[in-house]
Amino acid sequence: MPIHGHAHKYGDHVDTDVIIPARYLASSDADELAAHCMEDIDADFVEKVEPGDVIVAGRNFGCGSSREHAPLAIKTAGIGAVIAESFARIFYRNALNIGLPIIESEEAAQGIQSGDEVEVDLESGVIHNLTRGQDYHFPPLVGPAAELVEAGGLRQLVSRRLAGRG
Amino acid sequence: MTITEKILARAAGLDSVSPGDFVTARLSLVLANDITAPISLREFRGMGATQVFDPERVVLVADHNTPNKDIQSAENTKLLRDFAREQGLPHFYESQDGGIEHIIVPDKGLALPGDVIIGADSHTCTYGALGAFATGVGSTDAAAGMALGETWLRVPETMKFVFTGRLRPWVSGKDLILYTIGKIGVDGARYRAMEFAGPVLEGMEMAGRFTMCNMAIEAGGKCGIIAPDQTTLQWLEGRSDREYRVFASDADAEYVEVFEWDTTDIEPQVAFPHLPENTRGLSEVGEVKIDQAVIGACTNGRLEDLRVAAGILKGRKVAPGVRCLVFPGSAEVHLQATREGIVETLLEAGCAVSMPTCGPCLGGHSGCLAHGERAIATTNRNFVGRMGHPKSEVYLASPAIAAASAILGKIAGPDEL
Repeated sequence: MPIHGHAHKYGDHVDTDVIIPARYLASSDADELAAHCMEDIDADFVEKVEPGDVIVAGRNFGCGSSREHAPLAIKTAGIGAVIAESFARIFYRNALNIGLPIIESEEAAQGIQSGDEVEVDLESGVIHNLTRGQDYHFPPLVGPAAELVEAGGLRQLVSRRLAGRG
Repeated sequence: MTITEKILARAAGLDSVSPGDFVTARLSLVLANDITAPISLREFRGMGATQVFDPERVVLVADHNTPNKDIQSAENTKLLRDFAREQGLPHFYESQDGGIEHIIVPDKGLALPGDVIIGADSHTCTYGALGAFATGVGSTDAAAGMALGETWLRVPETMKFVFTGRLRPWVSGKDLILYTIGKIGVDGARYRAMEFAGPVLEGMEMAGRFTMCNMAIEAGGKCGIIAPDQTTLQWLEGRSDREYRVFASDADAEYVEVFEWDTTDIEPQVAFPHLPENTRGLSEVGEVKIDQAVIGACTNGRLEDLRVAAGILKGRKVAPGVRCLVFPGSAEVHLQATREGIVETLLEAGCAVSMPTCGPCLGGHSGCLAHGERAIATTNRNFVGRMGHPKSEVYLASPAIAAASAILGKIAGPDEL
Protein backbone atom coordinates (compact mmCIF):
# COMPACT_ATOMS: atom_id res chain seq x y z
CA MET A 1 0.00 0.00 0.00
CA PRO A 2 1.46 3.38 -0.90
CA ILE A 3 2.54 5.77 1.84
CA HIS A 4 0.46 8.93 1.56
CA GLY A 5 0.69 12.17 3.54
CA HIS A 6 2.34 15.53 3.94
CA ALA A 7 6.02 16.43 4.12
CA HIS A 8 7.87 17.79 7.15
CA LYS A 9 11.14 19.23 5.92
CA TYR A 10 14.43 19.74 7.77
CA GLY A 11 18.01 20.67 6.88
CA ASP A 12 21.35 18.86 6.85
CA HIS A 13 22.87 16.76 9.65
CA VAL A 14 19.70 16.15 11.68
CA ASP A 15 21.29 14.19 14.53
CA THR A 16 19.84 11.46 16.72
CA ASP A 17 20.09 13.74 19.78
CA VAL A 18 17.43 16.02 18.33
CA ILE A 19 15.38 13.14 16.93
CA ILE A 20 15.12 11.76 20.46
CA PRO A 21 17.05 13.56 23.23
CA ALA A 22 19.05 11.39 25.62
CA ARG A 23 17.06 12.63 28.60
CA TYR A 24 14.26 10.30 27.46
CA LEU A 25 16.42 7.24 26.78
CA ALA A 26 15.87 5.55 30.10
CA SER A 27 12.75 4.31 28.32
CA SER A 28 12.68 1.91 25.42
CA ASP A 29 8.89 2.10 25.11
CA ALA A 30 8.03 3.12 21.56
CA ASP A 31 5.02 5.29 22.51
CA GLU A 32 6.92 7.19 25.21
CA LEU A 33 9.77 7.85 22.80
CA ALA A 34 7.44 8.94 20.01
CA ALA A 35 5.88 11.54 22.32
CA HIS A 36 9.20 13.45 22.32
CA CYS A 37 10.27 12.89 18.73
CA MET A 38 12.09 15.90 17.17
CA GLU A 39 11.06 18.16 20.07
CA ASP A 40 14.38 20.02 20.31
CA ILE A 41 14.23 21.29 16.72
CA ASP A 42 10.48 21.24 16.07
CA ALA A 43 8.44 21.50 19.26
CA ASP A 44 5.09 20.93 17.48
CA PHE A 45 6.23 17.90 15.47
CA VAL A 46 4.25 15.30 17.38
CA GLU A 47 1.01 17.30 17.18
CA LYS A 48 1.44 18.03 13.48
CA VAL A 49 2.19 14.52 12.25
CA GLU A 50 -0.62 12.49 10.68
CA PRO A 51 -0.14 8.80 9.94
CA GLY A 52 1.49 8.43 6.53
CA ASP A 53 3.35 11.75 6.62
CA VAL A 54 6.98 11.78 5.52
CA ILE A 55 10.13 13.45 6.84
CA VAL A 56 12.24 15.09 4.14
CA ALA A 57 15.78 16.20 4.93
CA GLY A 58 19.15 17.14 3.52
CA ARG A 59 22.50 15.43 3.96
CA ASN A 60 23.56 12.97 6.66
CA PHE A 61 20.17 12.45 8.33
CA GLY A 62 20.43 10.55 11.61
CA CYS A 63 24.08 11.30 12.33
CA GLY A 64 25.50 10.82 15.80
CA SER A 65 24.54 8.17 18.30
CA SER A 66 23.58 4.59 17.45
CA ARG A 67 20.35 4.81 19.42
CA GLU A 68 17.72 2.70 17.69
CA HIS A 69 15.27 4.74 19.75
CA ALA A 70 15.55 7.37 16.97
CA PRO A 71 14.01 5.45 14.04
CA LEU A 72 11.65 3.78 16.52
CA ALA A 73 10.38 7.19 17.71
CA ILE A 74 9.95 8.40 14.12
CA LYS A 75 8.09 5.27 13.03
CA THR A 76 5.84 5.22 16.08
CA ALA A 77 5.06 8.95 15.71
CA GLY A 78 3.30 7.96 12.47
CA ILE A 79 5.93 8.79 9.86
CA GLY A 80 5.53 6.55 6.82
CA ALA A 81 8.99 7.13 5.32
CA VAL A 82 12.10 9.27 5.64
CA ILE A 83 13.44 10.79 2.42
CA ALA A 84 16.87 12.45 2.52
CA GLU A 85 19.78 13.42 0.32
CA SER A 86 21.92 11.04 2.37
CA PHE A 87 21.81 9.13 5.65
CA ALA A 88 24.29 8.41 8.42
CA ARG A 89 25.09 4.71 8.17
CA ILE A 90 24.03 3.49 11.62
CA PHE A 91 20.66 5.22 11.34
CA TYR A 92 20.16 3.78 7.86
CA ARG A 93 20.85 0.27 9.06
CA ASN A 94 18.66 0.72 12.14
CA ALA A 95 15.75 1.94 10.03
CA LEU A 96 15.99 -1.12 7.76
CA ASN A 97 16.23 -3.39 10.81
CA ILE A 98 13.04 -2.08 12.38
CA GLY A 99 11.06 -1.65 9.17
CA LEU A 100 11.01 2.16 8.80
CA PRO A 101 11.00 2.87 5.04
CA ILE A 102 13.95 5.02 4.11
CA ILE A 103 14.77 6.54 0.73
CA GLU A 104 17.95 8.21 -0.43
CA SER A 105 17.06 10.66 -3.21
CA GLU A 106 18.72 14.01 -3.72
CA GLU A 107 16.14 14.97 -6.32
CA ALA A 108 13.17 14.25 -4.04
CA ALA A 109 14.83 15.74 -0.97
CA GLN A 110 15.41 18.98 -2.83
CA GLY A 111 12.15 19.04 -4.81
CA ILE A 112 9.72 18.38 -1.97
CA GLN A 113 8.87 21.37 0.24
CA SER A 114 7.34 21.41 3.70
CA GLY A 115 3.62 20.75 3.53
CA ASP A 116 3.69 19.14 0.06
CA GLU A 117 1.35 16.20 -0.37
CA VAL A 118 3.34 13.15 -1.40
CA GLU A 119 2.72 9.52 -2.18
CA VAL A 120 5.52 6.96 -1.93
CA ASP A 121 5.32 3.68 -3.80
CA LEU A 122 8.12 1.51 -2.45
CA GLU A 123 7.50 -1.36 -4.84
CA SER A 124 7.74 0.61 -8.03
CA GLY A 125 10.39 3.00 -6.65
CA VAL A 126 8.61 6.27 -7.23
CA ILE A 127 7.67 9.28 -5.10
CA HIS A 128 4.76 11.35 -6.45
CA ASN A 129 4.70 14.98 -5.38
CA LEU A 130 0.95 15.64 -5.75
CA THR A 131 1.30 19.32 -4.83
CA ARG A 132 3.86 20.08 -7.53
CA GLY A 133 3.00 17.38 -10.05
CA GLN A 134 6.52 15.94 -9.95
CA ASP A 135 7.70 12.32 -9.85
CA TYR A 136 11.02 11.24 -8.36
CA HIS A 137 12.37 7.77 -9.07
CA PHE A 138 14.68 5.84 -6.78
CA PRO A 139 16.55 2.55 -7.39
CA PRO A 140 15.60 -0.69 -5.63
CA LEU A 141 17.62 -1.81 -2.61
CA VAL A 142 20.25 -4.48 -3.16
CA GLY A 143 22.06 -7.09 -1.06
CA PRO A 144 21.33 -7.51 2.65
CA ALA A 145 19.21 -4.33 2.70
CA ALA A 146 16.78 -5.88 0.20
CA GLU A 147 16.65 -9.11 2.22
CA LEU A 148 15.84 -7.14 5.36
CA VAL A 149 12.97 -5.30 3.75
CA GLU A 150 11.66 -8.49 2.19
CA ALA A 151 11.69 -10.25 5.58
CA GLY A 152 10.06 -7.28 7.34
CA GLY A 153 13.09 -6.53 9.54
CA LEU A 154 16.08 -8.09 11.23
CA ARG A 155 14.15 -9.75 14.02
CA GLN A 156 12.14 -11.70 11.44
CA LEU A 157 15.25 -12.59 9.43
CA VAL A 158 17.17 -13.94 12.42
CA SER A 159 14.08 -15.65 13.72
CA ARG A 160 13.83 -17.63 10.48
CA ARG A 161 17.48 -18.57 10.59
CA LEU A 162 17.31 -19.76 14.19
CA ALA A 163 14.14 -21.77 13.44
CA GLY A 164 15.93 -23.31 10.45
CA ARG A 165 18.72 -24.54 12.72
CA GLY A 166 16.06 -26.57 14.53
CA MET B 1 44.53 -4.49 0.63
CA THR B 2 44.15 -1.98 3.46
CA ILE B 3 44.27 -3.13 7.09
CA THR B 4 40.46 -2.83 7.23
CA GLU B 5 40.01 -5.02 4.15
CA LYS B 6 42.43 -7.64 5.49
CA ILE B 7 40.63 -7.87 8.82
CA LEU B 8 37.22 -8.18 7.17
CA ALA B 9 38.48 -10.75 4.65
CA ARG B 10 39.82 -12.95 7.42
CA ALA B 11 36.63 -12.67 9.48
CA ALA B 12 34.61 -13.58 6.39
CA GLY B 13 36.84 -16.55 5.53
CA LEU B 14 37.87 -15.01 2.21
CA ASP B 15 41.26 -14.51 0.57
CA SER B 16 40.47 -10.96 -0.36
CA VAL B 17 37.69 -8.37 -0.37
CA SER B 18 37.14 -5.07 -2.13
CA PRO B 19 35.23 -1.94 -1.13
CA GLY B 20 31.53 -2.38 -1.86
CA ASP B 21 31.53 -6.15 -1.27
CA PHE B 22 28.92 -7.47 1.16
CA VAL B 23 30.46 -9.97 3.57
CA THR B 24 29.30 -12.02 6.54
CA ALA B 25 31.92 -11.55 9.23
CA ARG B 26 32.50 -13.67 12.34
CA LEU B 27 32.42 -11.45 15.41
CA SER B 28 35.17 -11.29 18.01
CA LEU B 29 33.03 -9.29 20.41
CA VAL B 30 29.52 -7.86 20.73
CA LEU B 31 28.86 -5.00 23.11
CA ALA B 32 25.86 -3.07 24.45
CA ASN B 33 25.19 -0.60 27.27
CA ASP B 34 22.37 0.24 29.66
CA ILE B 35 20.58 2.44 27.09
CA THR B 36 20.91 0.18 24.06
CA ALA B 37 20.92 -3.29 25.64
CA PRO B 38 17.33 -3.24 26.94
CA ILE B 39 16.13 -3.12 23.30
CA SER B 40 18.77 -5.68 22.31
CA LEU B 41 17.58 -8.12 24.94
CA ARG B 42 13.94 -7.63 23.93
CA GLU B 43 14.87 -8.29 20.30
CA PHE B 44 17.12 -11.23 21.25
CA ARG B 45 14.14 -12.97 22.84
CA GLY B 46 11.86 -11.81 20.06
CA MET B 47 14.15 -13.56 17.58
CA GLY B 48 13.57 -16.78 19.46
CA ALA B 49 17.19 -16.86 20.66
CA THR B 50 17.85 -18.56 23.96
CA GLN B 51 21.64 -18.55 24.24
CA VAL B 52 24.33 -16.09 23.22
CA PHE B 53 26.83 -17.46 20.69
CA ASP B 54 29.71 -17.27 23.19
CA PRO B 55 29.36 -15.92 26.74
CA GLU B 56 33.01 -14.76 26.73
CA ARG B 57 32.37 -12.56 23.73
CA VAL B 58 29.26 -10.69 24.78
CA VAL B 59 30.00 -7.63 26.91
CA LEU B 60 27.40 -5.56 28.75
CA VAL B 61 28.36 -2.28 30.41
CA ALA B 62 26.03 -0.10 32.48
CA ASP B 63 27.62 3.34 32.04
CA HIS B 64 25.19 5.83 30.53
CA ASN B 65 22.49 6.40 33.11
CA THR B 66 24.64 5.08 35.96
CA PRO B 67 25.00 5.45 38.87
CA ASN B 68 21.33 4.72 38.22
CA LYS B 69 19.85 8.19 37.91
CA ASP B 70 16.25 7.13 38.45
CA ILE B 71 14.05 4.11 38.94
CA GLN B 72 13.75 3.36 35.23
CA SER B 73 17.53 3.40 34.85
CA ALA B 74 17.88 1.08 37.82
CA GLU B 75 15.42 -1.29 36.14
CA ASN B 76 17.51 -1.15 32.94
CA THR B 77 20.72 -2.00 34.75
CA LYS B 78 18.87 -4.83 36.48
CA LEU B 79 17.79 -6.19 33.09
CA LEU B 80 21.44 -6.35 32.03
CA ARG B 81 22.57 -7.86 35.33
CA ASP B 82 19.86 -10.56 35.20
CA PHE B 83 20.64 -11.39 31.57
CA ALA B 84 24.37 -11.65 32.37
CA ARG B 85 23.58 -14.04 35.20
CA GLU B 86 21.17 -16.12 33.13
CA GLN B 87 23.63 -16.41 30.22
CA GLY B 88 26.74 -16.79 32.37
CA LEU B 89 28.41 -13.69 30.92
CA PRO B 90 31.68 -12.97 32.72
CA HIS B 91 31.88 -9.47 31.27
CA PHE B 92 29.07 -7.47 32.79
CA TYR B 93 30.23 -4.26 34.44
CA GLU B 94 28.39 -1.73 36.54
CA SER B 95 30.08 0.06 39.42
CA GLN B 96 32.81 -2.10 40.91
CA ASP B 97 35.54 -2.74 38.40
CA GLY B 98 33.47 -0.87 35.83
CA GLY B 99 33.46 2.41 34.02
CA ILE B 100 32.84 3.82 30.58
CA GLU B 101 32.61 0.99 28.05
CA HIS B 102 35.17 2.34 25.56
CA ILE B 103 37.72 2.85 28.30
CA ILE B 104 37.30 -0.51 30.04
CA VAL B 105 36.91 -2.79 27.00
CA PRO B 106 40.46 -2.06 25.75
CA ASP B 107 41.90 -1.72 29.27
CA LYS B 108 40.65 -5.18 30.23
CA GLY B 109 42.08 -6.72 27.08
CA LEU B 110 38.67 -7.52 25.60
CA ALA B 111 39.41 -5.82 22.26
CA LEU B 112 42.50 -6.98 20.40
CA PRO B 113 44.27 -6.37 17.09
CA GLY B 114 42.61 -8.04 14.11
CA ASP B 115 39.24 -8.36 15.86
CA VAL B 116 35.88 -7.60 14.28
CA ILE B 117 33.75 -5.91 16.93
CA ILE B 118 30.24 -4.49 16.84
CA GLY B 119 28.79 -2.47 19.67
CA ALA B 120 25.41 -0.89 20.23
CA ASP B 121 27.11 2.43 20.81
CA SER B 122 28.40 4.67 18.07
CA HIS B 123 31.79 5.18 19.76
CA THR B 124 32.63 1.50 19.46
CA CYS B 125 34.99 2.73 16.72
CA THR B 126 37.42 3.61 19.56
CA TYR B 127 38.99 0.12 19.42
CA GLY B 128 40.35 0.79 15.95
CA ALA B 129 43.30 2.30 17.82
CA LEU B 130 44.38 -1.30 18.51
CA GLY B 131 44.23 -2.30 14.85
CA ALA B 132 40.78 -3.88 15.16
CA PHE B 133 37.75 -3.30 12.93
CA ALA B 134 35.18 -1.91 15.36
CA THR B 135 31.94 -0.19 14.48
CA GLY B 136 28.76 1.04 16.08
CA VAL B 137 25.41 -0.59 15.34
CA GLY B 138 21.88 -0.36 16.69
CA SER B 139 20.34 -2.55 19.35
CA THR B 140 18.77 -5.06 16.97
CA ASP B 141 22.03 -5.59 15.08
CA ALA B 142 23.75 -6.17 18.42
CA ALA B 143 21.01 -8.67 19.34
CA ALA B 144 21.51 -10.54 16.07
CA GLY B 145 25.26 -10.53 16.73
CA MET B 146 24.72 -11.97 20.20
CA ALA B 147 22.50 -14.72 18.79
CA LEU B 148 24.49 -15.62 15.67
CA GLY B 149 28.08 -14.56 16.32
CA GLU B 150 28.22 -12.94 12.92
CA THR B 151 26.95 -9.90 11.08
CA TRP B 152 26.76 -8.59 7.53
CA LEU B 153 28.99 -5.71 6.54
CA ARG B 154 29.65 -3.73 3.43
CA VAL B 155 33.41 -3.43 2.97
CA PRO B 156 34.12 0.31 3.24
CA GLU B 157 36.37 2.44 1.09
CA THR B 158 39.31 3.76 3.11
CA MET B 159 40.48 7.35 3.53
CA LYS B 160 44.05 7.72 4.73
CA PHE B 161 45.20 10.57 6.97
CA VAL B 162 48.96 10.98 7.28
CA PHE B 163 50.30 13.30 9.98
CA THR B 164 53.88 14.53 9.67
CA GLY B 165 55.93 17.21 11.39
CA ARG B 166 56.13 18.17 15.05
CA LEU B 167 53.34 18.66 17.55
CA ARG B 168 53.06 22.15 18.96
CA PRO B 169 52.75 22.53 22.74
CA TRP B 170 49.37 21.38 24.08
CA VAL B 171 48.39 19.74 20.79
CA SER B 172 47.11 16.20 21.34
CA GLY B 173 45.23 13.44 19.56
CA LYS B 174 42.02 15.34 20.37
CA ASP B 175 43.23 18.37 18.44
CA LEU B 176 44.26 16.26 15.45
CA ILE B 177 40.89 14.53 15.19
CA LEU B 178 38.99 17.81 15.64
CA TYR B 179 41.20 19.34 12.94
CA THR B 180 40.44 16.37 10.66
CA ILE B 181 36.68 16.67 11.20
CA GLY B 182 36.92 20.41 10.59
CA LYS B 183 38.63 19.75 7.28
CA ILE B 184 36.37 17.00 5.91
CA GLY B 185 33.07 17.77 7.67
CA VAL B 186 30.70 15.67 9.76
CA ASP B 187 29.83 13.50 6.76
CA GLY B 188 33.25 13.67 5.12
CA ALA B 189 33.99 10.03 5.91
CA ARG B 190 30.42 8.73 5.72
CA TYR B 191 30.42 4.91 5.24
CA ARG B 192 34.23 4.93 5.02
CA ALA B 193 37.16 3.66 7.08
CA MET B 194 39.47 6.37 8.40
CA GLU B 195 43.04 5.12 8.59
CA PHE B 196 45.43 7.29 10.62
CA ALA B 197 49.16 7.02 10.01
CA GLY B 198 52.44 8.89 9.78
CA PRO B 199 55.35 9.77 12.07
CA VAL B 200 53.19 11.81 14.45
CA LEU B 201 50.95 8.80 15.06
CA GLU B 202 53.99 6.57 15.54
CA GLY B 203 55.14 8.87 18.33
CA MET B 204 51.71 9.06 19.98
CA GLU B 205 50.81 7.07 23.08
CA MET B 206 47.73 4.82 23.06
CA ALA B 207 45.53 7.32 24.92
CA GLY B 208 45.78 9.80 22.05
CA ARG B 209 45.18 7.07 19.48
CA PHE B 210 42.00 5.95 21.26
CA THR B 211 40.80 9.56 21.29
CA MET B 212 41.36 9.88 17.54
CA CYS B 213 39.58 6.66 16.61
CA ASN B 214 36.79 7.45 19.10
CA MET B 215 35.72 10.44 17.03
CA ALA B 216 35.84 8.79 13.59
CA ILE B 217 32.04 8.58 13.86
CA GLU B 218 31.92 12.37 14.18
CA ALA B 219 33.08 12.51 10.56
CA GLY B 220 30.51 9.82 9.65
CA GLY B 221 33.22 7.14 9.55
CA LYS B 222 32.37 3.46 9.77
CA CYS B 223 35.59 2.90 11.67
CA GLY B 224 38.82 4.60 12.63
CA ILE B 225 41.90 2.43 12.48
CA ILE B 226 45.61 2.59 13.26
CA ALA B 227 48.00 -0.25 12.40
CA PRO B 228 49.54 -1.78 15.55
CA ASP B 229 53.20 -0.97 16.25
CA GLN B 230 55.59 -1.42 19.18
CA THR B 231 53.59 1.07 21.27
CA THR B 232 50.44 -1.01 20.71
CA LEU B 233 52.10 -4.33 21.47
CA GLN B 234 53.73 -3.02 24.64
CA TRP B 235 50.43 -1.55 25.79
CA LEU B 236 48.75 -4.94 25.23
CA GLU B 237 51.27 -6.88 27.32
CA GLY B 238 49.62 -8.70 30.19
CA ARG B 239 46.09 -7.67 29.22
CA SER B 240 44.83 -10.83 27.53
CA ASP B 241 45.64 -14.48 26.91
CA ARG B 242 43.57 -14.51 23.74
CA GLU B 243 45.56 -14.81 20.52
CA TYR B 244 45.46 -11.92 18.13
CA ARG B 245 46.59 -11.05 14.61
CA VAL B 246 48.41 -7.91 13.65
CA PHE B 247 47.61 -6.52 10.20
CA ALA B 248 48.97 -3.57 8.26
CA SER B 249 47.97 -2.03 4.96
CA ASP B 250 49.96 -3.14 1.92
CA ALA B 251 52.22 -0.61 0.23
CA ASP B 252 49.96 -0.79 -2.83
CA ALA B 253 46.67 -0.65 -0.91
CA GLU B 254 44.02 1.48 -2.60
CA TYR B 255 42.61 4.54 -0.88
CA VAL B 256 39.66 6.59 -1.99
CA GLU B 257 41.41 9.72 -0.68
CA VAL B 258 44.75 10.46 1.01
CA PHE B 259 45.36 13.57 3.13
CA GLU B 260 48.79 14.54 4.40
CA TRP B 261 49.00 17.27 7.02
CA ASP B 262 51.98 18.87 8.71
CA THR B 263 51.07 19.16 12.38
CA THR B 264 53.62 21.93 12.83
CA ASP B 265 50.86 24.16 11.44
CA ILE B 266 48.09 22.87 13.73
CA GLU B 267 47.25 24.72 16.94
CA PRO B 268 44.92 23.46 19.70
CA GLN B 269 41.40 23.11 18.28
CA VAL B 270 37.97 24.07 19.62
CA ALA B 271 34.73 22.89 17.99
CA PHE B 272 31.98 25.49 18.29
CA PRO B 273 28.27 24.64 18.60
CA HIS B 274 26.42 22.78 17.20
CA LEU B 275 28.54 20.48 15.04
CA PRO B 276 31.96 18.92 15.65
CA GLU B 277 33.07 20.27 12.25
CA ASN B 278 32.81 23.89 13.45
CA THR B 279 36.45 23.90 14.49
CA ARG B 280 38.71 26.90 15.03
CA GLY B 281 42.31 27.21 16.08
CA LEU B 282 42.59 28.47 19.66
CA SER B 283 43.92 31.83 18.47
CA GLU B 284 40.68 32.39 16.56
CA VAL B 285 38.28 31.57 19.39
CA GLY B 286 37.87 35.09 20.78
CA GLU B 287 36.19 35.82 24.11
CA VAL B 288 33.91 32.90 25.02
CA LYS B 289 32.91 32.79 28.69
CA ILE B 290 31.97 29.43 30.19
CA ASP B 291 29.77 28.19 33.02
CA GLN B 292 31.08 24.63 33.13
CA ALA B 293 34.07 22.53 32.13
CA VAL B 294 33.71 18.77 31.74
CA ILE B 295 36.80 16.60 31.68
CA GLY B 296 36.24 12.91 30.98
CA ALA B 297 34.09 10.72 28.68
CA CYS B 298 35.08 7.85 26.39
CA THR B 299 36.98 10.45 24.38
CA ASN B 300 39.25 11.83 27.10
CA GLY B 301 38.67 10.02 30.39
CA ARG B 302 41.97 8.14 30.47
CA LEU B 303 44.70 8.49 33.07
CA GLU B 304 46.90 10.40 30.61
CA ASP B 305 44.08 12.93 30.12
CA LEU B 306 43.66 13.44 33.87
CA ARG B 307 47.42 13.88 34.27
CA VAL B 308 47.39 16.69 31.72
CA ALA B 309 44.42 18.38 33.42
CA ALA B 310 45.94 18.02 36.89
CA GLY B 311 49.29 19.35 35.68
CA ILE B 312 47.55 22.55 34.63
CA LEU B 313 45.20 22.84 37.62
CA LYS B 314 47.92 22.14 40.22
CA GLY B 315 48.31 25.09 42.54
CA ARG B 316 45.59 27.03 40.73
CA LYS B 317 41.86 27.53 41.27
CA VAL B 318 38.82 27.03 39.11
CA ALA B 319 37.34 30.47 38.32
CA PRO B 320 34.56 31.66 40.66
CA GLY B 321 31.16 30.70 39.29
CA VAL B 322 32.57 27.97 37.03
CA ARG B 323 31.87 24.31 37.67
CA CYS B 324 34.72 22.01 36.70
CA LEU B 325 33.50 18.40 36.65
CA VAL B 326 36.01 15.59 36.23
CA PHE B 327 34.94 12.04 35.41
CA PRO B 328 37.68 9.40 35.51
CA GLY B 329 36.85 6.90 32.76
CA SER B 330 36.87 3.82 34.95
CA ALA B 331 37.23 2.60 38.50
CA GLU B 332 40.80 1.61 37.63
CA VAL B 333 41.59 5.08 36.24
CA HIS B 334 40.02 6.61 39.36
CA LEU B 335 42.18 4.42 41.61
CA GLN B 336 45.38 5.23 39.73
CA ALA B 337 44.52 8.93 39.68
CA THR B 338 44.02 8.76 43.44
CA ARG B 339 47.36 7.00 43.95
CA GLU B 340 49.18 9.57 41.82
CA GLY B 341 47.72 12.47 43.78
CA ILE B 342 45.71 13.66 40.76
CA VAL B 343 42.38 13.48 42.56
CA GLU B 344 43.73 15.54 45.46
CA THR B 345 45.17 18.13 43.07
CA LEU B 346 41.85 18.42 41.25
CA LEU B 347 39.85 18.71 44.47
CA GLU B 348 42.21 21.35 45.84
CA ALA B 349 41.76 23.33 42.64
CA GLY B 350 38.01 23.32 43.18
CA CYS B 351 36.97 20.59 40.74
CA ALA B 352 34.33 18.00 41.51
CA VAL B 353 35.60 14.48 40.87
CA SER B 354 32.80 12.05 40.13
CA MET B 355 32.29 8.35 39.52
CA PRO B 356 32.88 7.16 35.95
CA THR B 357 29.78 7.77 33.82
CA CYS B 358 28.68 8.95 30.37
CA GLY B 359 26.04 11.12 32.12
CA PRO B 360 27.06 14.69 31.28
CA CYS B 361 28.32 13.98 27.76
CA LEU B 362 24.86 13.13 26.50
CA GLY B 363 22.91 15.41 28.81
CA GLY B 364 21.60 12.46 30.77
CA HIS B 365 22.58 13.51 34.30
CA SER B 366 25.46 14.72 36.50
CA GLY B 367 26.22 17.96 34.72
CA CYS B 368 23.26 19.04 32.57
CA LEU B 369 23.24 22.65 31.35
CA ALA B 370 20.48 25.21 31.90
CA HIS B 371 19.00 27.57 29.29
CA GLY B 372 21.75 29.81 27.91
CA GLU B 373 24.61 28.04 29.72
CA ARG B 374 27.86 27.22 28.02
CA ALA B 375 30.33 24.41 28.61
CA ILE B 376 33.74 23.47 27.35
CA ALA B 377 34.03 19.70 27.30
CA THR B 378 36.50 16.98 26.39
CA THR B 379 33.53 14.95 25.11
CA ASN B 380 32.82 14.20 21.46
CA ARG B 381 29.53 15.87 20.49
CA ASN B 382 28.16 19.39 20.65
CA PHE B 383 24.78 18.94 18.96
CA VAL B 384 21.74 21.02 19.96
CA GLY B 385 20.74 20.00 23.49
CA ARG B 386 23.53 17.48 23.78
CA MET B 387 24.46 18.43 27.36
CA GLY B 388 21.07 19.63 28.52
CA HIS B 389 18.79 22.48 27.52
CA PRO B 390 18.32 22.91 23.74
CA LYS B 391 19.42 26.54 24.23
CA SER B 392 22.70 25.59 25.90
CA GLU B 393 26.06 25.33 24.14
CA VAL B 394 28.94 22.85 24.14
CA TYR B 395 32.45 23.60 22.89
CA LEU B 396 34.70 20.59 22.31
CA ALA B 397 38.40 20.63 23.13
CA SER B 398 41.26 18.70 24.75
CA PRO B 399 41.79 18.22 28.52
CA ALA B 400 44.53 20.89 28.45
CA ILE B 401 42.23 23.51 26.97
CA ALA B 402 39.31 22.50 29.21
CA ALA B 403 41.49 22.75 32.34
CA ALA B 404 42.93 26.15 31.38
CA SER B 405 39.46 27.40 30.49
CA ALA B 406 38.10 26.30 33.87
CA ILE B 407 40.75 28.41 35.60
CA LEU B 408 40.21 31.49 33.43
CA GLY B 409 36.42 31.20 33.13
CA LYS B 410 36.62 31.53 29.37
CA ILE B 411 37.96 29.40 26.56
CA ALA B 412 41.73 29.66 26.71
CA GLY B 413 44.94 27.67 26.50
CA PRO B 414 47.48 26.95 29.26
CA ASP B 415 49.87 29.53 27.81
CA GLU B 416 47.46 32.27 28.87
CA LEU B 417 47.74 31.34 32.54
